[in-house]
Amino acid sequence: MLRKNDTKGKLIVVEGIDGSGKSTQIDLLYKWLLGAGYSVYFSEWNSSALVKSTTRAAKKTKTFTPTTFSILHCTDFADRWENSIYPLLKAGVIVLADRYAFTAFARDVARGVDPQWVRSMYSFAIMPDAALYFRVPLGVAVERITGARASLKYYEAGMDLGLSENINESFELFQGRILNEYDKMVDEFGLTMIDGTKPVKEQQKRVRSIIKKILVGFDGLPNPNRMPISVTNIQAAKAKKGGSK
Amino acid sequence: MNKATFYGAGFPYRDFGKLSGKLIVLEGTDGVGRSTQVKMLRRWLEDEGYAVSDTGLTRSELTSAGLEAAKSGHTLGPITMSLFYAADFADRLENLIIPALQAGFVVLSDRYFYSAVARDSLRGVNRVWAKELYGIALKPDLILYMKASIPSLVSRLIHGRGLNYWEAGMDLHIADNFYDSFVQYQTMILEQFDIMSEEYNFLTVNADQTPEKIFEDLKKPILELLHNRLTKGKKPK
Repeated sequence: MLRKNDTKGKLIVVEGIDGSGKSTQIDLLYKWLLGAGYSVYFSEWNSSALVKSTTRAAKKTKTFTPTTFSILHCTDFADRWENSIYPLLKAGVIVLADRYAFTAFARDVARGVDPQWVRSMYSFAIMPDAALYFRVPLGVAVERITGARASLKYYEAGMDLGLSENINESFELFQGRILNEYDKMVDEFGLTMIDGTKPVKEQQKRVRSIIKKILVGFDGLPNPNRMPISVTNIQAAKAKKGGSK
Repeated sequence: MNKATFYGAGFPYRDFGKLSGKLIVLEGTDGVGRSTQVKMLRRWLEDEGYAVSDTGLTRSELTSAGLEAAKSGHTLGPITMSLFYAADFADRLENLIIPALQAGFVVLSDRYFYSAVARDSLRGVNRVWAKELYGIALKPDLILYMKASIPSLVSRLIHGRGLNYWEAGMDLHIADNFYDSFVQYQTMILEQFDIMSEEYNFLTVNADQTPEKIFEDLKKPILELLHNRLTKGKKPK
């Protein structure tokens, strides 16, 4: 369902349920690649400024249905895709994404939308060169999240599904469903599974060895001063035009 | 009473049960006089004793603000734009249109997703992708396509509210002035509608006529649709 990478760049994504430790790993990977002299761009799920105001409002008033939730997250992704991820890949940049289409395939299907429909919606995106799936047992993830955070958020806990009145219980049930969807995608998309219960350092070693293989013979966009790329590097002309607010 | 049927998977997590109302869609390009007809039809149907609900494109509270902001900033890519509209459509369908149909209303929809597919296709969005995205859409009971020729559209707009940037497709940079751009853009839109007319079974109404005559032509198929329902509903046990 996802297109082949037809660009000069490399796309690396991390996936996994909340508390799987993927963000820690991609952050380490980012710094390592930047230090090694590559042009690297980092993109985070649900971070497009344009869509944010809408999703924030809808989350506050709890007006999302599984379908609108799904489409708006894809809108956010598409905005990042069209304005930064795809043009940067074309330019020969290594793009790192903390969560990608697979997050939608797992979460939205766990919410009840049609699996084929959501896959088709994301079919404008490309299949990553590396899709790293950080797998942890449900109990471990739940403990990490509930231990580290003061309170869970409504949608994060899947409260909209009415699985349980108790937010912690709902979170666990919802994450369990998502985990199940992820596991199914390992074969479907050939995700690379990484054991998220191993020490951080050991996981990172494995991550780097996978990425090294992908980068054999790759010469992307030069980055002699080892500068990070921010959104304004890509959208400077746009910002001048008057902004979106 | 009809079971809800969708173009694709619809909303698999919800059972809407039987929809006792009727969904009637008015489609047609910009300046064809849709909103005038919706108003007239609504008044007429209410006089006839039907409960009527009307709904237009981009009216949902969920995404209206975002869409307006995006339009004024010109910052959206075509896929993003397309999805924004789809989110809005889904919101209205799930939260307004279907509940109204469940309650037995005649819903007059000023446009449906067909316009969005036409517009998006001209901006480089894959048609198959757009069609699959709208697999959530409920199949209307009647799709009335108001088809007007370009000269009559131009005349109506120039003597009316004027040619606007989006309706002229100025963002496509196909011509250096509003008139040429409008003519070329609307010609392409009409071609898209012609394709969909067959795909989705539109009932075409000649919109080059006077508003009164168009109104009469629109009433006929609506009466047929509603009378079929009436006779069905009146069937003795």
